[in-house]
Amino acid sequence: MFDIKRETVVSYAFIERNFNLLKRYLNWEILFFTYSIVNALTIGLIMVGRGTARDVLYLVIGALIWGFLSIMMREVSDAITWERWEGTIEYTFMAPIYRITHLVGSCFFAILYGLLRTGIVLAVMPFFFGEHIDLSHANWLTLAVTVLTASLSFIGIGLMAAIFPLLSPEKGQAATGILQSVILLISGVYYEIGVLPEWMQVISRISPATYALRSTRAAMLDNSSIADQANNLILLLIIGIITIPLGFWVFHLGEQYAKRAGRLKRSG
Amino acid sequence: MMTNTLVVDRLVKHFHRKKPYPNNGKLTFPQKINHRLKNEKEVVKAVDDVSFRVAMGEIYGILGANGSGKSTLIRLISTLLLPDSGEISFFGYDVVKDSFKFRQMINRVSVEASFFKRLSSEENLVYAARLYGLSAREAREKAEKILVRLGFDSTRMDEMMEDLSRGMQQKIAIARALLTSPILLLLDEPTTGLDPKSKRDVQRFISEIREDNDVVVLLTTHDMVEAETLCDHIAIIDNGKFIATGTPKELKAQVSTQGDQVTLEDVFIELTGTDLAEDVE
Repeated sequence: MFDIKRETVVSYAFIERNFNLLKRYLNWEILFFTYSIVNALTIGLIMVGRGTARDVLYLVIGALIWGFLSIMMREVSDAITWERWEGTIEYTFMAPIYRITHLVGSCFFAILYGLLRTGIVLAVMPFFFGEHIDLSHANWLTLAVTVLTASLSFIGIGLMAAIFPLLSPEKGQAATGILQSVILLISGVYYEIGVLPEWMQVISRISPATYALRSTRAAMLDNSSIADQANNLILLLIIGIITIPLGFWVFHLGEQYAKRAGRLKRSG
Repeated sequence: MMTNTLVVDRLVKHFHRKKPYPNNGKLTFPQKINHRLKNEKEVVKAVDDVSFRVAMGEIYGILGANGSGKSTLIRLISTLLLPDSGEISFFGYDVVKDSFKFRQMINRVSVEASFFKRLSSEENLVYAARLYGLSAREAREKAEKILVRLGFDSTRMDEMMEDLSRGMQQKIAIARALLTSPILLLLDEPTTGLDPKSKRDVQRFISEIREDNDVVVLLTTHDMVEAETLCDHIAIIDNGKFIATGTPKELKAQVSTQGDQVTLEDVFIELTGTDLAEDVE
Protein backbone atom coordinates (compact mmCIF):
# COMPACT_ATOMS: atom_id res chain seq x y z
CA MET A 1 0.00 0.00 0.00
CA PHE A 2 1.18 3.50 -0.83
CA ASP A 3 1.67 5.19 2.55
CA ILE A 4 1.95 8.92 1.81
CA LYS A 5 3.58 9.73 5.19
CA ARG A 6 6.27 7.10 4.71
CA GLU A 7 6.85 8.13 1.11
CA THR A 8 7.27 11.77 2.19
CA VAL A 9 9.97 10.72 4.68
CA VAL A 10 11.67 8.69 1.95
CA SER A 11 11.45 11.56 -0.52
CA TYR A 12 12.98 13.85 2.07
CA ALA A 13 15.96 11.46 2.29
CA PHE A 14 16.99 12.46 -1.23
CA ILE A 15 16.56 16.18 -0.58
CA GLU A 16 18.55 16.00 2.67
CA ARG A 17 21.26 13.85 1.09
CA ASN A 18 21.69 16.24 -1.84
CA PHE A 19 21.92 19.30 0.40
CA ASN A 20 24.50 17.42 2.54
CA LEU A 21 26.49 16.69 -0.60
CA LEU A 22 26.18 20.32 -1.64
CA LYS A 23 27.73 21.39 1.70
CA ARG A 24 30.58 18.90 1.30
CA TYR A 25 31.39 20.08 -2.19
CA LEU A 26 31.13 23.77 -1.32
CA ASN A 27 34.17 24.71 -3.42
CA TRP A 28 32.41 23.40 -6.49
CA GLU A 29 29.23 25.25 -5.55
CA ILE A 30 31.15 28.51 -5.24
CA LEU A 31 32.58 27.84 -8.69
CA PHE A 32 29.11 27.14 -10.15
CA PHE A 33 27.63 30.27 -8.54
CA THR A 34 30.53 32.37 -9.80
CA TYR A 35 30.13 30.92 -13.27
CA SER A 36 26.36 31.59 -13.28
CA ILE A 37 26.89 35.21 -12.23
CA VAL A 38 29.71 35.80 -14.70
CA ASN A 39 27.71 34.13 -17.46
CA ALA A 40 24.64 36.33 -16.89
CA LEU A 41 26.83 39.43 -16.62
CA THR A 42 28.86 38.82 -19.76
CA ILE A 43 25.74 38.08 -21.78
CA GLY A 44 23.94 41.17 -20.45
CA LEU A 45 26.99 43.40 -20.96
CA ILE A 46 26.99 42.61 -24.68
CA MET A 47 23.98 44.93 -24.98
CA VAL A 48 25.10 47.69 -22.59
CA GLY A 49 25.94 50.74 -24.70
CA ARG A 50 24.53 49.09 -27.83
CA GLY A 51 20.90 48.73 -26.94
CA THR A 52 18.26 49.92 -24.48
CA ALA A 53 17.75 48.78 -20.87
CA ARG A 54 15.01 46.58 -22.28
CA ASP A 55 17.53 44.84 -24.58
CA VAL A 56 19.92 44.24 -21.67
CA LEU A 57 17.14 42.72 -19.59
CA TYR A 58 16.05 40.60 -22.56
CA LEU A 59 19.45 38.90 -22.59
CA VAL A 60 19.78 38.67 -18.81
CA ILE A 61 16.37 36.97 -18.62
CA GLY A 62 17.58 34.47 -21.22
CA ALA A 63 20.68 33.70 -19.16
CA LEU A 64 18.78 33.40 -15.88
CA ILE A 65 15.86 31.34 -17.14
CA TRP A 66 18.13 29.08 -19.13
CA GLY A 67 20.32 28.63 -16.03
CA PHE A 68 17.27 27.69 -13.96
CA LEU A 69 15.79 25.30 -16.52
CA SER A 70 19.19 23.67 -17.08
CA ILE A 71 19.42 22.98 -13.35
CA MET A 72 15.94 21.41 -13.43
CA MET A 73 16.93 19.14 -16.26
CA ARG A 74 20.46 18.34 -15.10
CA GLU A 75 19.97 17.80 -11.38
CA VAL A 76 17.60 14.85 -11.83
CA SER A 77 19.96 13.21 -14.27
CA ASP A 78 23.05 14.14 -12.19
CA ALA A 79 21.52 12.52 -9.10
CA ILE A 80 21.58 9.22 -10.99
CA THR A 81 25.08 9.88 -12.37
CA TRP A 82 26.35 10.57 -8.86
CA GLU A 83 24.86 7.37 -7.50
CA ARG A 84 26.41 5.43 -10.38
CA TRP A 85 29.86 6.89 -9.66
CA GLU A 86 29.64 6.19 -5.94
CA GLY A 87 28.16 2.74 -6.50
CA THR A 88 25.24 3.49 -4.18
CA ILE A 89 22.62 3.08 -6.92
CA GLU A 90 22.37 -0.63 -6.13
CA TYR A 91 21.45 0.18 -2.53
CA THR A 92 18.88 2.76 -3.59
CA PHE A 93 17.31 0.34 -6.07
CA MET A 94 17.35 -2.46 -3.51
CA ALA A 95 15.48 -0.38 -0.92
CA PRO A 96 11.70 -0.83 -0.63
CA ILE A 97 10.81 2.48 -2.23
CA TYR A 98 8.65 3.39 -5.16
CA ARG A 99 10.62 4.83 -8.05
CA ILE A 100 8.19 7.74 -8.15
CA THR A 101 9.17 8.58 -4.55
CA HIS A 102 12.84 8.37 -5.41
CA LEU A 103 12.53 10.62 -8.45
CA VAL A 104 10.09 13.08 -6.86
CA GLY A 105 12.65 13.60 -4.06
CA SER A 106 15.34 14.35 -6.63
CA CYS A 107 12.98 16.70 -8.51
CA PHE A 108 12.08 18.65 -5.37
CA PHE A 109 15.74 19.14 -4.64
CA ALA A 110 16.25 20.34 -8.22
CA ILE A 111 13.48 22.94 -7.82
CA LEU A 112 14.79 24.19 -4.46
CA TYR A 113 18.38 24.29 -5.63
CA GLY A 114 17.44 25.94 -8.94
CA LEU A 115 15.42 28.65 -7.16
CA LEU A 116 18.25 29.26 -4.68
CA ARG A 117 20.93 29.57 -7.33
CA THR A 118 18.90 31.63 -9.77
CA GLY A 119 17.55 33.83 -6.96
CA ILE A 120 21.06 34.69 -5.78
CA VAL A 121 22.23 35.46 -9.32
CA LEU A 122 19.16 37.62 -9.91
CA ALA A 123 19.75 39.50 -6.65
CA VAL A 124 23.32 40.25 -7.68
CA MET A 125 22.46 41.63 -11.14
CA PRO A 126 21.31 45.18 -10.15
CA PHE A 127 24.69 45.77 -8.42
CA PHE A 128 26.46 45.34 -11.74
CA PHE A 129 24.01 46.75 -14.22
CA GLY A 130 22.59 49.66 -12.24
CA GLU A 131 20.41 51.85 -14.48
CA HIS A 132 20.99 49.49 -17.41
CA ILE A 133 18.39 47.13 -15.97
CA ASP A 134 14.86 48.33 -15.41
CA LEU A 135 12.70 46.03 -13.31
CA SER A 136 9.92 48.59 -12.80
CA HIS A 137 7.68 46.86 -15.38
CA ALA A 138 8.15 43.39 -13.90
CA ASN A 139 5.13 41.30 -12.99
CA TRP A 140 6.62 39.02 -10.32
CA LEU A 141 3.50 36.89 -9.90
CA THR A 142 3.44 35.97 -13.59
CA LEU A 143 7.17 35.23 -13.35
CA ALA A 144 6.65 32.90 -10.35
CA VAL A 145 3.79 31.03 -12.04
CA THR A 146 5.79 30.70 -15.26
CA VAL A 147 8.86 29.37 -13.47
CA LEU A 148 6.84 26.79 -11.53
CA THR A 149 4.89 25.65 -14.59
CA ALA A 150 8.04 25.43 -16.70
CA SER A 151 9.72 23.38 -13.94
CA LEU A 152 7.19 20.60 -14.52
CA SER A 153 8.06 20.09 -18.16
CA PHE A 154 11.79 20.33 -17.54
CA ILE A 155 11.54 17.79 -14.77
CA GLY A 156 9.82 15.49 -17.28
CA ILE A 157 12.71 15.97 -19.70
CA GLY A 158 15.17 15.45 -16.82
CA LEU A 159 13.50 12.15 -15.95
CA MET A 160 13.92 10.96 -19.52
CA ALA A 161 17.52 12.20 -19.60
CA ALA A 162 18.21 10.30 -16.35
CA ILE A 163 18.14 6.98 -18.17
CA PHE A 164 21.35 7.92 -20.01
CA PRO A 165 23.53 7.85 -16.87
CA LEU A 166 21.53 4.89 -15.58
CA LEU A 167 22.76 2.85 -18.51
CA SER A 168 26.22 4.37 -18.75
CA PRO A 169 27.59 7.09 -16.42
CA GLU A 170 30.27 8.32 -18.86
CA LYS A 171 28.25 8.31 -22.08
CA GLY A 172 25.13 9.34 -20.17
CA GLN A 173 26.52 12.69 -19.08
CA ALA A 174 27.56 13.45 -22.64
CA ALA A 175 24.13 12.48 -23.97
CA THR A 176 22.41 14.75 -21.42
CA GLY A 177 24.73 17.58 -22.49
CA ILE A 178 23.82 17.10 -26.15
CA LEU A 179 20.09 17.14 -25.37
CA GLN A 180 20.54 20.28 -23.30
CA SER A 181 22.49 22.08 -26.03
CA VAL A 182 19.85 21.24 -28.65
CA ILE A 183 17.14 22.77 -26.43
CA LEU A 184 19.37 25.84 -25.94
CA LEU A 185 19.74 26.23 -29.69
CA ILE A 186 16.10 25.92 -30.66
CA SER A 187 14.34 27.72 -27.82
CA GLY A 188 15.27 31.34 -28.43
CA VAL A 189 17.21 31.80 -25.22
CA TYR A 190 19.22 34.77 -26.52
CA TYR A 191 17.38 35.54 -29.76
CA GLU A 192 13.91 35.38 -31.24
CA ILE A 193 13.13 31.98 -32.73
CA GLY A 194 12.15 33.81 -35.93
CA VAL A 195 15.86 34.04 -36.83
CA LEU A 196 16.15 30.25 -36.93
CA PRO A 197 15.80 28.29 -40.18
CA GLU A 198 12.17 27.33 -40.74
CA TRP A 199 12.66 23.64 -39.99
CA MET A 200 14.22 24.53 -36.65
CA GLN A 201 11.33 26.83 -35.85
CA VAL A 202 9.02 23.83 -36.18
CA ILE A 203 11.09 21.91 -33.61
CA SER A 204 11.23 24.92 -31.30
CA ARG A 205 7.46 24.66 -30.92
CA ILE A 206 7.81 21.45 -28.90
CA SER A 207 10.46 22.89 -26.59
CA PRO A 208 9.01 24.05 -23.24
CA ALA A 209 11.83 26.59 -22.96
CA THR A 210 10.33 28.49 -25.91
CA TYR A 211 7.10 29.18 -23.99
CA ALA A 212 8.88 29.65 -20.65
CA LEU A 213 11.08 32.37 -22.12
CA ARG A 214 8.23 34.01 -24.00
CA SER A 215 6.10 34.21 -20.86
CA THR A 216 8.98 35.31 -18.61
CA ARG A 217 10.03 38.09 -20.99
CA ALA A 218 6.47 39.32 -21.29
CA ALA A 219 6.16 39.35 -17.48
CA MET A 220 9.47 41.06 -16.80
CA LEU A 221 9.55 43.51 -19.70
CA ASP A 222 5.87 44.36 -20.25
CA ASN A 223 4.18 43.69 -16.89
CA SER A 224 2.14 40.96 -18.55
CA SER A 225 -0.45 39.29 -16.33
CA ILE A 226 -1.15 35.59 -15.83
CA ALA A 227 -4.32 35.98 -17.91
CA ASP A 228 -2.32 37.53 -20.76
CA GLN A 229 0.11 34.63 -20.65
CA ALA A 230 -2.57 31.95 -20.38
CA ASN A 231 -1.71 30.49 -23.79
CA ASN A 232 1.96 30.04 -22.98
CA LEU A 233 1.23 28.75 -19.48
CA ILE A 234 -1.35 26.23 -20.74
CA LEU A 235 1.11 24.97 -23.35
CA LEU A 236 3.79 24.61 -20.66
CA LEU A 237 1.32 22.74 -18.47
CA ILE A 238 0.35 20.40 -21.31
CA ILE A 239 4.01 19.67 -22.07
CA GLY A 240 4.55 18.97 -18.34
CA ILE A 241 1.50 16.70 -18.16
CA ILE A 242 2.86 14.75 -21.12
CA THR A 243 6.57 14.69 -20.26
CA ILE A 244 6.37 13.77 -16.55
CA PRO A 245 4.48 10.46 -16.95
CA LEU A 246 6.46 9.84 -20.12
CA GLY A 247 9.66 10.48 -18.15
CA PHE A 248 8.64 7.98 -15.45
CA TRP A 249 7.74 5.40 -18.06
CA VAL A 250 11.00 5.85 -19.98
CA PHE A 251 12.94 5.63 -16.71
CA HIS A 252 11.06 2.45 -15.80
CA LEU A 253 11.97 0.91 -19.16
CA GLY A 254 15.61 1.93 -18.64
CA GLU A 255 15.62 0.39 -15.17
CA GLN A 256 14.16 -2.88 -16.43
CA TYR A 257 16.75 -3.00 -19.20
CA ALA A 258 19.58 -2.25 -16.74
CA LYS A 259 18.35 -5.08 -14.50
CA ARG A 260 18.17 -7.51 -17.41
CA ALA A 261 21.57 -6.58 -18.85
CA GLY A 262 23.38 -6.15 -15.53
CA ARG A 263 24.13 -2.45 -16.02
CA LEU A 264 23.61 -1.31 -12.44
CA LYS A 265 26.78 -2.67 -10.93
CA ARG A 266 29.97 -0.68 -10.72
CA SER A 267 32.23 -3.71 -10.30
CA GLY A 268 32.34 -7.14 -8.68
CA MET B 1 7.64 -24.92 6.88
CA MET B 2 9.04 -24.64 3.35
CA THR B 3 7.45 -21.23 2.86
CA ASN B 4 9.52 -20.00 5.78
CA THR B 5 12.71 -20.46 3.80
CA LEU B 6 14.58 -18.95 0.95
CA VAL B 7 13.82 -21.05 -2.09
CA VAL B 8 15.88 -20.75 -5.25
CA ASP B 9 14.61 -22.98 -8.02
CA ARG B 10 16.32 -23.65 -11.37
CA LEU B 11 17.69 -20.13 -11.56
CA VAL B 12 19.33 -19.05 -14.80
CA LYS B 13 21.06 -15.80 -15.69
CA HIS B 14 23.11 -15.47 -18.84
CA PHE B 15 24.83 -12.33 -20.10
CA HIS B 16 25.75 -11.50 -23.66
CA ARG B 17 29.06 -9.75 -24.14
CA LYS B 18 31.21 -8.79 -27.08
CA LYS B 19 33.48 -11.58 -28.22
CA PRO B 20 37.10 -10.75 -27.37
CA TYR B 21 39.61 -10.48 -30.21
CA PRO B 22 40.80 -13.91 -31.33
CA ASN B 23 44.48 -14.90 -31.32
CA ASN B 24 45.03 -12.99 -28.05
CA GLY B 25 44.32 -9.72 -29.81
CA LYS B 26 47.29 -10.11 -32.17
CA LEU B 27 45.42 -8.84 -35.21
CA THR B 28 46.11 -6.29 -37.88
CA PHE B 29 44.16 -3.03 -37.77
CA PRO B 30 41.77 -4.07 -40.61
CA GLN B 31 41.18 -7.41 -38.86
CA LYS B 32 40.29 -5.55 -35.66
CA ILE B 33 37.90 -3.29 -37.56
CA ASN B 34 36.35 -6.33 -39.21
CA HIS B 35 35.94 -7.99 -35.81
CA ARG B 36 34.26 -4.87 -34.43
CA LEU B 37 31.91 -4.60 -37.39
CA LYS B 38 30.81 -8.21 -37.03
CA ASN B 39 29.82 -7.35 -33.45
CA GLU B 40 29.62 -11.00 -32.46
CA LYS B 41 28.45 -11.81 -28.98
CA GLU B 42 29.24 -14.67 -26.69
CA VAL B 43 27.10 -16.02 -23.91
CA VAL B 44 28.39 -15.95 -20.36
CA LYS B 45 26.53 -18.39 -18.16
CA ALA B 46 26.78 -16.44 -14.91
CA VAL B 47 24.17 -18.53 -13.08
CA ASP B 48 23.24 -21.80 -14.69
CA ASP B 49 20.34 -23.82 -13.34
CA VAL B 50 20.97 -23.23 -9.65
CA SER B 51 18.58 -24.55 -6.99
CA PHE B 52 18.82 -24.52 -3.21
CA ARG B 53 16.82 -23.86 -0.06
CA VAL B 54 17.81 -22.16 3.15
CA ALA B 55 15.99 -22.59 6.43
CA MET B 56 15.34 -19.88 9.01
CA GLY B 57 18.29 -19.25 11.31
CA GLU B 58 20.71 -20.87 8.90
CA ILE B 59 23.90 -19.49 7.37
CA TYR B 60 24.28 -20.77 3.85
CA GLY B 61 27.73 -20.35 2.34
CA ILE B 62 28.55 -20.08 -1.35
CA LEU B 63 32.14 -20.85 -2.11
CA GLY B 64 33.60 -20.02 -5.49
CA ALA B 65 36.46 -18.44 -7.40
CA ASN B 66 36.31 -14.95 -8.89
CA GLY B 67 33.85 -14.89 -11.78
CA SER B 68 32.16 -18.12 -10.73
CA GLY B 69 28.74 -16.46 -10.38
CA LYS B 70 28.55 -15.74 -6.64
CA SER B 71 27.87 -12.02 -6.93
CA THR B 72 25.41 -12.48 -9.80
CA LEU B 73 23.46 -14.90 -7.63
CA ILE B 74 23.41 -12.37 -4.78
CA ARG B 75 22.31 -9.59 -7.17
CA LEU B 76 19.48 -11.76 -8.48
CA ILE B 77 18.25 -12.33 -4.92
CA SER B 78 18.72 -8.60 -4.18
CA THR B 79 16.27 -7.72 -7.01
CA LEU B 80 19.09 -5.92 -8.85
CA LEU B 81 19.03 -8.36 -11.73
CA LEU B 82 16.09 -10.01 -13.43
CA PRO B 83 16.45 -13.76 -13.90
CA ASP B 84 16.21 -15.26 -17.40
CA SER B 85 14.28 -18.16 -15.92
CA GLY B 86 13.73 -19.93 -12.63
CA GLU B 87 12.32 -18.64 -9.37
CA ILE B 88 13.44 -17.08 -6.15
CA SER B 89 11.03 -16.79 -3.24
CA PHE B 90 11.28 -15.89 0.41
CA PHE B 91 8.41 -16.43 2.81
CA GLY B 92 6.45 -17.31 -0.33
CA TYR B 93 7.05 -13.90 -1.91
CA ASP B 94 8.42 -13.98 -5.44
CA VAL B 95 11.50 -11.86 -6.18
CA VAL B 96 10.03 -10.47 -9.42
CA LYS B 97 6.27 -10.41 -8.84
CA ASP B 98 6.43 -9.28 -5.19
CA SER B 99 9.58 -7.25 -5.58
CA PHE B 100 8.51 -4.45 -3.19
CA LYS B 101 7.59 -6.84 -0.37
CA PHE B 102 10.74 -8.85 -1.03
CA ARG B 103 12.90 -5.75 -0.72
CA GLN B 104 11.35 -4.91 2.66
CA MET B 105 12.78 -8.16 4.04
CA ILE B 106 16.30 -8.09 2.67
CA ASN B 107 19.53 -6.19 2.86
CA ARG B 108 22.99 -6.73 1.52
CA VAL B 109 26.64 -6.13 2.25
CA SER B 110 28.84 -6.25 -0.82
CA VAL B 111 32.57 -6.72 -1.13
CA GLU B 112 32.88 -3.07 -2.04
CA ALA B 113 31.45 -0.76 0.61
CA SER B 114 29.69 1.77 -1.64
CA PHE B 115 28.94 5.07 0.05
CA PHE B 116 28.87 8.78 -0.63
CA LYS B 117 32.55 9.22 0.17
CA ARG B 118 32.33 12.89 1.17
CA LEU B 119 29.43 12.33 3.55
CA SER B 120 30.05 11.18 7.10
CA SER B 121 29.20 7.64 8.11
CA GLU B 122 26.32 9.05 10.16
CA GLU B 123 24.92 10.97 7.17
CA ASN B 124 25.23 7.87 5.00
CA LEU B 125 23.50 5.71 7.60
CA VAL B 126 20.68 8.20 8.20
CA TYR B 127 20.11 8.45 4.45
CA ALA B 128 20.03 4.66 4.06
CA ALA B 129 17.70 4.29 7.06
CA ARG B 130 15.26 6.90 5.76
CA LEU B 131 14.85 4.84 2.59
CA TYR B 132 13.40 2.15 4.83
CA GLY B 133 11.09 4.60 6.59
CA LEU B 134 13.22 4.97 9.74
CA SER B 135 13.72 8.34 11.41
CA ALA B 136 17.17 9.86 11.85
CA ARG B 137 16.98 9.28 15.63
CA GLU B 138 16.11 5.59 15.22
CA ALA B 139 18.92 5.20 12.69
CA ARG B 140 21.52 6.75 14.98
CA GLU B 141 20.47 4.67 17.99
CA LYS B 142 20.41 1.39 16.09
CA ALA B 143 23.62 2.09 14.18
CA GLU B 144 25.49 2.94 17.36
CA LYS B 145 24.47 -0.35 19.00
CA ILE B 146 25.53 -2.37 15.95
CA LEU B 147 28.81 -0.50 15.56
CA VAL B 148 29.73 -1.02 19.21
CA ARG B 149 29.22 -4.77 18.71
CA LEU B 150 31.46 -4.58 15.66
CA GLY B 151 34.21 -2.85 17.62
CA PHE B 152 33.80 0.48 15.82
CA ASP B 153 34.59 3.65 17.71
CA SER B 154 31.24 5.45 17.46
CA THR B 155 32.88 8.85 18.12
CA ARG B 156 34.18 8.62 14.53
CA MET B 157 30.70 8.56 13.05
CA ASP B 158 30.95 12.19 11.99
CA GLU B 159 34.10 11.60 9.94
CA MET B 160 33.85 11.49 6.18
CA MET B 161 33.74 7.98 4.73
CA GLU B 162 36.84 8.64 2.64
CA ASP B 163 38.83 9.21 5.82
CA LEU B 164 37.95 5.81 7.27
CA SER B 165 39.94 2.63 6.67
CA ARG B 166 38.58 -0.16 4.49
CA GLY B 167 37.80 -2.22 7.59
CA MET B 168 35.89 0.65 9.17
CA GLN B 169 33.96 1.29 5.98
CA GLN B 170 32.98 -2.36 5.84
CA LYS B 171 31.71 -2.18 9.43
CA ILE B 172 29.59 0.82 8.45
CA ALA B 173 28.31 -1.21 5.49
CA ILE B 174 27.29 -3.99 7.88
CA ALA B 175 25.57 -1.47 10.15
CA ARG B 176 23.73 -0.06 7.12
CA ALA B 177 22.43 -3.51 6.28
CA LEU B 178 21.52 -4.47 9.84
CA LEU B 179 19.79 -1.30 10.96
CA THR B 180 16.85 -2.05 8.68
CA SER B 181 16.36 -5.38 10.54
CA PRO B 182 16.44 -7.64 7.47
CA ILE B 183 15.33 -11.24 7.80
CA LEU B 184 17.31 -12.21 4.75
CA LEU B 185 20.86 -10.92 4.95
CA LEU B 186 23.01 -11.20 1.84
CA LEU B 187 26.70 -11.02 2.62
CA ASP B 188 28.78 -10.88 -0.54
CA GLU B 189 32.41 -11.46 0.48
CA PRO B 190 32.06 -9.19 3.51
CA THR B 191 35.56 -9.91 4.83
CA THR B 192 37.55 -9.81 1.59
CA GLY B 193 40.44 -7.37 1.83
CA LEU B 194 39.98 -6.67 5.54
CA ASP B 195 42.83 -6.59 8.05
CA PRO B 196 42.91 -9.58 10.45
CA LYS B 197 41.34 -7.65 13.37
CA SER B 198 38.45 -6.28 11.30
CA LYS B 199 37.96 -9.68 9.70
CA ARG B 200 37.69 -11.31 13.12
CA ASP B 201 35.28 -8.61 14.34
CA VAL B 202 33.02 -9.13 11.31
CA GLN B 203 33.13 -12.93 11.53
CA ARG B 204 32.30 -12.82 15.25
CA PHE B 205 29.38 -10.54 14.49
CA ILE B 206 28.03 -12.89 11.82
CA SER B 207 28.23 -15.71 14.38
CA GLU B 208 26.23 -13.62 16.82
CA ILE B 209 23.58 -12.98 14.17
CA ARG B 210 23.15 -16.73 13.77
CA GLU B 211 22.57 -17.06 17.51
CA ASP B 212 19.70 -14.57 17.21
CA ASN B 213 18.10 -17.25 15.03
CA ASP B 214 15.57 -14.98 13.32
CA VAL B 215 17.45 -14.30 10.14
CA VAL B 216 18.56 -16.20 7.06
CA VAL B 217 22.13 -15.41 6.03
CA LEU B 218 23.54 -16.06 2.59
CA LEU B 219 27.30 -15.67 2.67
CA THR B 220 29.62 -15.78 -0.31
CA THR B 221 33.29 -16.14 0.44
CA HIS B 222 36.74 -17.11 -0.77
CA ASP B 223 37.83 -18.02 2.70
CA MET B 224 37.68 -21.74 3.46
CA VAL B 225 38.13 -21.33 7.19
CA GLU B 226 35.43 -18.66 7.29
CA ALA B 227 33.05 -20.90 5.34
CA GLU B 228 33.72 -23.88 7.58
CA THR B 229 33.44 -21.91 10.81
CA LEU B 230 30.34 -19.89 10.00
CA CYS B 231 28.22 -21.85 7.56
CA ASP B 232 25.70 -24.57 8.29
CA HIS B 233 25.56 -25.55 4.65
CA ILE B 234 27.93 -24.79 1.81
CA ALA B 235 27.52 -24.82 -1.95
CA ILE B 236 30.52 -24.82 -4.25
CA ILE B 237 29.86 -22.81 -7.39
CA ASP B 238 31.91 -23.12 -10.55
CA ASN B 239 31.09 -21.52 -13.92
CA GLY B 240 27.64 -20.61 -12.65
CA LYS B 241 26.73 -24.13 -11.51
CA PHE B 242 26.47 -25.58 -8.05
CA ILE B 243 28.80 -28.56 -8.29
CA ALA B 244 28.48 -29.72 -4.69
CA THR B 245 26.34 -28.88 -1.68
CA GLY B 246 26.18 -30.07 1.90
CA THR B 247 27.44 -29.41 5.38
CA PRO B 248 31.22 -28.94 5.65
CA LYS B 249 31.38 -32.50 6.99
CA GLU B 250 29.36 -33.92 4.10
CA LEU B 251 31.48 -32.10 1.54
CA LYS B 252 34.66 -33.46 3.04
CA ALA B 253 33.19 -36.95 3.02
CA GLN B 254 32.58 -36.61 -0.73
CA VAL B 255 36.29 -36.50 -1.52
CA SER B 256 37.75 -38.35 1.44
CA THR B 257 39.08 -41.77 0.55
CA GLN B 258 39.85 -44.40 3.18
CA GLY B 259 38.92 -42.00 5.96
CA ASP B 260 41.89 -39.64 5.46
CA GLN B 261 41.71 -36.09 6.86
CA VAL B 262 40.79 -33.55 4.19
CA THR B 263 40.26 -29.83 4.40
CA LEU B 264 37.59 -27.77 2.68
CA GLU B 265 40.35 -26.47 0.42
CA ASP B 266 41.12 -30.06 -0.67
CA VAL B 267 37.43 -30.48 -1.45
CA PHE B 268 37.39 -27.31 -3.52
CA ILE B 269 40.52 -28.21 -5.50
CA GLU B 270 39.27 -31.74 -6.08
CA LEU B 271 35.86 -30.64 -7.32
CA THR B 272 36.75 -27.55 -9.33
CA GLY B 273 40.29 -28.33 -10.39
CA THR B 274 41.35 -24.84 -9.27
CA ASP B 275 43.08 -23.55 -6.20
CA LEU B 276 41.09 -20.76 -4.57
CA ALA B 277 44.24 -19.36 -2.93
CA GLU B 278 45.47 -18.32 -6.40
CA ASP B 279 42.32 -16.30 -6.77
CA VAL B 280 42.72 -14.26 -3.65
CA GLU B 281 45.11 -11.33 -3.51
